[in-house]
Amino acid sequence: MSLFSDPRWGEALAHLPDYLGNHVRVSLAALALGLVVSLPLAIAVRHRRVPRGVLLGFASIVQTVPGLALLALFYPLLLALAALSLAWFGWSFSAFGFLPAVLALALYSMLPVLRNTITGLQGIDPAILEAAQGVGMTPRQSLFMVELPLALPVMMAGIRTAAVWVIGTATLSTPIGQTSLGNYIFAGLQTQNWVFVLFGCLAAAVLALAVDQLLALIERGLRDRSRVRAISGGIGLAALVAATLVPSLARPPSSYIVGAKTFAEQYVLSSLIAQRLRAAGLSAATREGLGSNVIFDALLSGDIDVYVDYSGTLWANQFHHSDIKPRQELLAELKATLAQQNVTLLGELGFENAYALVMPRARAEQLGIHSIADLALHAPTMSIAADYEFFSRPEWTGLRNAYGLSFRAQRQMQPDFMYAAAASGEVDVIAGYTSDGLIAKYDLVVLDDPKHAIPPYDAMVLVAPKRADDQALRSALAPLLGKIDIATMRAANLRAAGGDGASSPEAVARWLWEKIGQR
Amino acid sequence: MPPPLIAFAHVGKSFDGGRVRAVDDVSLEVGEGEFLAIVGGSGSGKTTLLRLANRLIEADTGTITIEGADVRAGDPVALRRRIGYVFQSGGLFPHMTVAGNIGITPKLTGVPADEISARVDELLDLVRLDRAQHRDRLPQELSGGQRQRVGVARALAAKPRIVLMDEPFGALDPLTRDALGDDYRALHDRLKLTTVMITHDMTEAILLADRIAVMRAGRLLALGTPSELSNSGDAYVGELLRTPRRQVDRLNALLPRGGAA
Repeated sequence: MSLFSDPRWGEALAHLPDYLGNHVRVSLAALALGLVVSLPLAIAVRHRRVPRGVLLGFASIVQTVPGLALLALFYPLLLALAALSLAWFGWSFSAFGFLPAVLALALYSMLPVLRNTITGLQGIDPAILEAAQGVGMTPRQSLFMVELPLALPVMMAGIRTAAVWVIGTATLSTPIGQTSLGNYIFAGLQTQNWVFVLFGCLAAAVLALAVDQLLALIERGLRDRSRVRAISGGIGLAALVAATLVPSLARPPSSYIVGAKTFAEQYVLSSLIAQRLRAAGLSAATREGLGSNVIFDALLSGDIDVYVDYSGTLWANQFHHSDIKPRQELLAELKATLAQQNVTLLGELGFENAYALVMPRARAEQLGIHSIADLALHAPTMSIAADYEFFSRPEWTGLRNAYGLSFRAQRQMQPDFMYAAAASGEVDVIAGYTSDGLIAKYDLVVLDDPKHAIPPYDAMVLVAPKRADDQALRSALAPLLGKIDIATMRAANLRAAGGDGASSPEAVARWLWEKIGQR
Repeated sequence: MPPPLIAFAHVGKSFDGGRVRAVDDVSLEVGEGEFLAIVGGSGSGKTTLLRLANRLIEADTGTITIEGADVRAGDPVALRRRIGYVFQSGGLFPHMTVAGNIGITPKLTGVPADEISARVDELLDLVRLDRAQHRDRLPQELSGGQRQRVGVARALAAKPRIVLMDEPFGALDPLTRDALGDDYRALHDRLKLTTVMITHDMTEAILLADRIAVMRAGRLLALGTPSELSNSGDAYVGELLRTPRRQVDRLNALLPRGGAA
């Protein structure tokens, strides 16, 4: 199959109106907010050395915060603000998606605008400023008739830089719940769908270039006092916004939002749930690629209606338990804790996606390693790899303490690459996921945990407080509960990682339903 | 003698917290219709003195009156709109056309666009620039002399009685400078202006001005007509006046009489 006849291009294109529209909306709103804040600030501080230094210093510091972290930080901040606002004014807002993305991106856009506006205004020949005063201009007239027009080319260069940055960084707003072109990239990375990754990157680049060129047209128009250019640039921008707004406005809003975290299994399960809801005549959409720190709060506040989480993750990360209890006890306690927060635990799906130590079967047999206890003897000469969060999770501390594990080296890597790294001998052991299809594909073996140091990770369906009494939702999802065993989920996950036309989450979800629907 | 249009009385101005006394106790009056040149080397305080008159700089001590009123009594912006000011090397706004530059002060005071346009044409004629050719050009497309003509036209746009000029012809080549100086002097007489012009060139001052003020180190050293100054006992003033004469003698010696010059 050639690269361009791949059916996934068509699938990617089908998402474009939604993803692009949201991307344009969030980027331009952030840019507009950034300009509205930065321009007056830059003008206000341009003659004052200390505030100018403080402001530029602050903007530079913001710039050094990685975009993903900045976006992620705004979510808890807004969540706290929303809670305060609810307590004080009886009015709350959604801290999810659009708002945190716009605020973080606006902050991100400030540095080039501030710096170039200040530089542009300071770079004006003092003789010209004196002439402005001398012909009888007020400070305000001097600013608008002389200083801003002369600083405009430098200012516009800053605005264009900010626009390109914001459009690029907006792809990172997917994990905090803002749909963007980043959805292609996050989904593509997780499901090894390189067509999606490429499509997302290309779309973001084309959008950034288009906006940059339209701004350049406006700049030239303003500089050469050519109304035609300035107006056609403005019309171009307006047309871009309109073109991306229309299709998303025309579409009916979905009543049920199914959340998904940032890995392939979650994409498949959220698609499955959305398909079941639609099959029951409900309108449903998925909100994918949400960070695991964001998704539970999003459910609590009703920004999403339903999603699949894992008992051990909730136990250790969400509710901060460091002890590990037997499975039934843990589930019961979890159910009680969730009930206190009005979250409904609809039920378990039937499989576990636990962390597990995994190594190549041949090597394990050769060394006589069957369990983690056996591994502990060899660990000092071995290296271990895990995803970005594992080594800071309580499970890792528990494992190390329980078995006295001490590895020669620890590495963090993208989960999809871990299994191949273990198979090729790049690392000796990985902290993989029990439901991952790649375990079978690469002929790896899951090591036993005789001391039960790793808590159970039953996949379970959680329902938002506002849907607690929703019978339609319950009956639509009931056929899924207890039906997905570990072998089926592994097979589904392997398909999702297949990297071909049949590997899209929707296609895998349909395949999964066919398998379990007959049971 | 008519009452003075501009009067400085014991005016002082220091910079850098009093360390530099740019203008030191200067008193001087300029009568209506008079053309006064202020001559001095760099750092003599002549430019500072000029800027004090339209409050581009505020005086520390003393009083400045224009048309009989203390300049500090009114709004500095309104004061500047009443006084024409020609800047060193033009000071034209590079993003505005010639017409835009000339019409700027009337525009600030809200004069209707068609009146400004008519006034711009009138002024272009006055400073001898071709209307059609120059009106819509940008300053960087003009020669130095043309730019300075636009600078003069801009200073005259709001029909001021007073024009202040800060070394207006200093950066021009000698031929252009001579022509422009003569043209301006003719305008001064025709429009019955009162002009204060700063120059470091004594020859220019003698040829154009009615009276000359000589400044040195912030102080007014001498004030009078060229012939009054030539009787001054001050060594510096004498030296300033002797220089052009010496140059003329040397030129006469070097150039054959009745030749091309």
